[in-house]
Amino acid sequence: MKALLIGEYREGKLLDNIYELVAFAGKLGADVSMVLVGDAANVPKVNGNLHLADVGKYGEYNPSAHRDLVVEAVQKENPDYIVFPHSSYGWDLAPRVAAKLKVAQVSEVVGLNDGNLEVGSCNAKMRRTVKPAAGKVVVTLQAGAFSYQGEQQGTPTISPLEVTGSADVEFIGYEPAEAKDVDLTKAEIIVSAGRGIGKKDNIPVIAALAKAFGGELGASRPVVDAGWVEHSHQVGTTGQTVSPKLYVACGISGAIQHLAGMKKSDFIVAINKDKDAPIGEVADVLIVADVLQFAPALTAKLQG
Amino acid sequence: MKILVCIKQVPDMESRFKVNSSGDWYSDADLAFRINEYDEYAVEQAVQLREQQGDSCELTVLSIGPDRVQEAIKKALAMGCDRGVHIQDNDVHKKDPWQIASIIAAYAKGKGYDLIFTGMQSQDRGSAQVGVTVAELLGHACATTLVGFEYADGAVKAKRELEGGVKGVVRLKIPALVTCQLGLNIPRYPTLPNIMKAKKKEIEAVPVASLLGEQPLSVTASFYPPAKKGGGIVLEGDVADLSDKLISILKEKTAVLR
Ligand SMILES: Cc1cc2nc3c(=O)[nH]c(=O)nc-3n(C[C@H](O)[C@H](O)[C@H](O)COP(=O)(O)OP(=O)(O)OC[C@H]3O[C@@H](n4cnc5c(N)ncnc54)[C@H](O)[C@@H]3O)c2cc1C
Ligand SMILES: Nc1ncnc2c1ncn2[C@@H]1O[C@H](COP(=O)(O)O)[C@@H](O)[C@H]1O
Repeated sequence: MKALLIGEYREGKLLDNIYELVAFAGKLGADVSMVLVGDAANVPKVNGNLHLADVGKYGEYNPSAHRDLVVEAVQKENPDYIVFPHSSYGWDLAPRVAAKLKVAQVSEVVGLNDGNLEVGSCNAKMRRTVKPAAGKVVVTLQAGAFSYQGEQQGTPTISPLEVTGSADVEFIGYEPAEAKDVDLTKAEIIVSAGRGIGKKDNIPVIAALAKAFGGELGASRPVVDAGWVEHSHQVGTTGQTVSPKLYVACGISGAIQHLAGMKKSDFIVAINKDKDAPIGEVADVLIVADVLQFAPALTAKLQG
Repeated sequence: MKILVCIKQVPDMESRFKVNSSGDWYSDADLAFRINEYDEYAVEQAVQLREQQGDSCELTVLSIGPDRVQEAIKKALAMGCDRGVHIQDNDVHKKDPWQIASIIAAYAKGKGYDLIFTGMQSQDRGSAQVGVTVAELLGHACATTLVGFEYADGAVKAKRELEGGVKGVVRLKIPALVTCQLGLNIPRYPTLPNIMKAKKKEIEAVPVASLLGEQPLSVTASFYPPAKKGGGIVLEGDVADLSDKLISILKEKTAVLR
């Protein structure tokens, strides 16, 4: 069995998630080869063939060229699995490669189950196993689902990779993340509001609870997108990653991108009217209640 | 200018999901359906572009699925799409993303769409594939995960969302396809007059068999709720009691209240 792993460089740096792909290949018991559009001075510490294309020539985001480079490497390696991270790079590129090769793609894989690939469904409330047709398969891996244990060591065998063709998307540049006026990473207690609070007018109810605990106000993404609170309060993959002593999630379902930002908290309390909400998986205490009734009651007790 | 927006109808994610009789998807019974959240942003962006371009522009909304998806199409029409296309398919959940994309591409082929909008992913399937695959099949330029969109002079300036709040700014010439991320815009609520007007708009019905030429490349082997890792305490009941219980748990197990 062979796995071809596709890593990413962002602003000149090799991203660590290549090692999650290595961990997945390890689970498969597959031999590893890699494709990177990067530079030889900064390559993963992994044994195996590394097909290295010059980032100076192709650019970090140039989907048609990156697609053709991966397809070229597929032809050289003839892998069974073509493996990407399920990231802004991976979910953008993987379907292009799968379509070009006309092979199945299975997205955001979280595990292996009897030779089938296990994925989440319905906002993590359900699971699905997917059986790809015989032959090659493209997979993207959920961030954090496969973790690499131990020290990274190894030296790839580098060979240059090239294709011809012009870019159909022009990359203009990166825009840095918005400045944060609240540093949630330093907070010991965070009380976060989710869409379950219903409307902007209810933010003070959650803010009052945060204050009663002596903590900061956090939020899930929809609350920020709707303009109920500032982006600097957002917790999750596209917000801040926090690990306070206490995290209280109010009306938050527990989508993977939110969990990624808070699951390392020491103690997690979730208030949700849905007993089956996925936040229950990480909560030390799940209070099944209407948060608009429970939060004021708790605030009063804390103050009293 | 011709614009296409693809929408999927999905269940409300707060529903209780029950496995269907063939064990490969949820049972439709007792579920409330709505437009996939990501696709609402796609519709809103398409409508804004339609308004910017004026009456020489035509915006079509397309959905593949059983008859109930007409409700989703009607909402998109009330938001400002000009016409609807319902690709009739009672077995849509059995189709893999490759087939869904090839059905959409078969419909769009030769119709001269300058811009196609999709969501970045569907909330129930979550494959994040259909849009990109449609672009590949049609040979259109494509960018994913948009949190910013501007159109001028035959080109889209798009802001792609990357991890940690960083954005990548790209430019693509039409014909192009973009996939829309949460927060791209604030989708409008259809007004009553627009809901009434939408009732008169055409919804073209197309049987899926006339567009489907591809076999699936993958199948769902099983569908089930995840095993409960649990470990946590679940509390239910009167809110005043619950507050007392929580406070005593926090006093016992954490140092935050001391
Ligand atoms: C690439 C990408 C990046 C993302 N980044 C982030 C990120 O950084 N942070 C983030 O949070 N999300 C992020 N998301 C979005 C994420 O997938 C979810 O959509 C989001 O986290 C859901 O927010 P929510 O839990 O507040 O809302 P919902 O999922 O709508 O959940 C609301 C919850 O409230 C409960 N509820 C409703 N009413 C009440 C009530 N009266 N009392 C108690 N409970 C109630 C419901 O049962 C439900 O569980 C990202 C998504 C993508 C695709
Ligand atoms: N049945 C469908 N009908 C119309 N568009 C769809 C359908 N399924 C998926 N799409 C579109 O493709 C996007 C990505 O879906 P997916 O690949 O399932 O995550 C969605 O956000 C929709 O815009």
